[in-house]
Amino acid sequence: MERTAPTLERLDDHRMIVNLGPSHPSTHGTLRIVLELEGEYVLSATPEIGYLHRGVEKLGESLSYAQFVPLTDRLNYCSSLMNNVGYAQAVEKLLDLKIPPRAELIRVLVSELARIGDHIVCVGINAVDIGAYTAFLYLFKERETLYDLFEMAAGQRMHTSFTRIGGLFRDLPEPFLPLLDQFLESMPRSIDEMERLLTRNPIWVDRTKGVGRISAEQAIGWGYTGPCLRSAGVAQDLRKAQPYLGYETFDFDIPIGTCGDVYDRYLVRTEEMRQSLRIVEQCARRLREVSGPIIVDDYKVALPPKEKVYTRMESLIHHFKLVMHGIDMPVGEVYSATEAANGELGFYLVSDGAKSPYRIHVRPPCFPIFSSLNEQVKGRLIADVIAILGSMNVIAGELDR
Amino acid sequence: MIIERMESAMPGAVLDHHAFRGDRTVVVLAGRLPEVAALLFEEGFQQLMDVTAVDWYEREPRFDVVYHFLNLVTQERIRLKAQVREGEALPSLSVRFRSAEWSEREVFDMFGIPFTGHPNLERLLMWKDFPGHPLRKDFPMDGGDAFCTGDTGTSYAGRACTLNL
Repeated sequence: MERTAPTLERLDDHRMIVNLGPSHPSTHGTLRIVLELEGEYVLSATPEIGYLHRGVEKLGESLSYAQFVPLTDRLNYCSSLMNNVGYAQAVEKLLDLKIPPRAELIRVLVSELARIGDHIVCVGINAVDIGAYTAFLYLFKERETLYDLFEMAAGQRMHTSFTRIGGLFRDLPEPFLPLLDQFLESMPRSIDEMERLLTRNPIWVDRTKGVGRISAEQAIGWGYTGPCLRSAGVAQDLRKAQPYLGYETFDFDIPIGTCGDVYDRYLVRTEEMRQSLRIVEQCARRLREVSGPIIVDDYKVALPPKEKVYTRMESLIHHFKLVMHGIDMPVGEVYSATEAANGELGFYLVSDGAKSPYRIHVRPPCFPIFSSLNEQVKGRLIADVIAILGSMNVIAGELDR
Repeated sequence: MIIERMESAMPGAVLDHHAFRGDRTVVVLAGRLPEVAALLFEEGFQQLMDVTAVDWYEREPRFDVVYHFLNLVTQERIRLKAQVREGEALPSLSVRFRSAEWSEREVFDMFGIPFTGHPNLERLLMWKDFPGHPLRKDFPMDGGDAFCTGDTGTSYAGRACTLNL
């Protein structure tokens, strides 16, 4: 099978090579796709990745488990909170640690907010890429509120580093819930407005319906997860299928599509935003009732509070031991998966009992999805490449690691 | 249990199995990997979530290649492991599991483990003439001299850039 990218020597008169990216505005981070075109039709598309490869997995091998949290922010930078949660879950699975109920609730809350934020970016940018600018603006107004919420919770808008092993960095501040209530009130309206602009818009439907169609078998074979798999008709969502963080106690539905095209992916993501809002609502209600610590009370895992470190010898020793020698890790390996905005975000940790992981591997959700690009765009128009690429929600940060 | 069925259907293929924190790991003979994967596929483990490797540089054989499978019906996961020596090739699973195509390329790129029967075994994240394999334990953390050697101008990437000039 001839699968290498086309070069000048193989070129005859009718064909043209177009480099889409790495700096093309619609390439969602630094991606490069070498397109072989005949007229406006795509003969083959060869994705070239690695432009944003920072060696996260290599770096992790010399950092302590706690020090890796900031690097997870930089995987999927559109929903960094969810990466933080996914990584913390993996380390806690390795430690066999149960976190306090309030920490679980807040993790669910921020994950769902991050999912909404991620879907806003994906749907909004997908629309912008194919020429519908307004929907993007309606949504980005809400995204601004979301980022204000993130800033309140974590002190940072993008690179949140909100989780700690065994819980969270801090509790939600006082003004968080009032602002969340405002958001819960205005976000459904914004989704309605966006849907009025897109869902029955004939241009949007023409550009997206039937584009990037994929069957359930193909999607499973390619390793699709998340909205892209669900839009192909497979009701696979780890929040329901393999519940973690108490997702089984929340009331929400899993939307699925029928043919897996760009339009279905858009509809699935839109409905998922509404379902996430339902979860956030339930979280907000429960948060007013559930109080308690937000991090485990085990100073061999989590740092003791600062006032104790300054006043008590024991706590000072714990602090010192934890910072200098790290957590006492069991020897073993775990694979822990969470449902991120884009699909299954997996962390594979191998521990040899040392301060830093022996091997840390990230399974980014968009990696297998993007690998099917050639199959999806072959024989289609170059304009469809942009639509399909947008609907895959490829984030170069997690793709290249 | 799937592991018993594997052992009875393919005697000798399963070298070892253990469980840790609910994760089941099966160590299989490297050469019989496609058989085992085919059996897993028939048993419903149709999604190959991830392929990666671990470098145990003081051990012989040096590498563990790790496969994570998911059964979408029963939501079970299983981890396959194959041990390979330096330079030894593994059979590719990309015929049955399309998702292995890029994952195996990444393992080849990062660890230098070749896969036989792969349709396009090229580097994925690093450029074509990058010397060395970054995730091996003996690859220096700062990249060493790797960035000073090699001529990127002759690579495929260098040529394709200038095609439309």
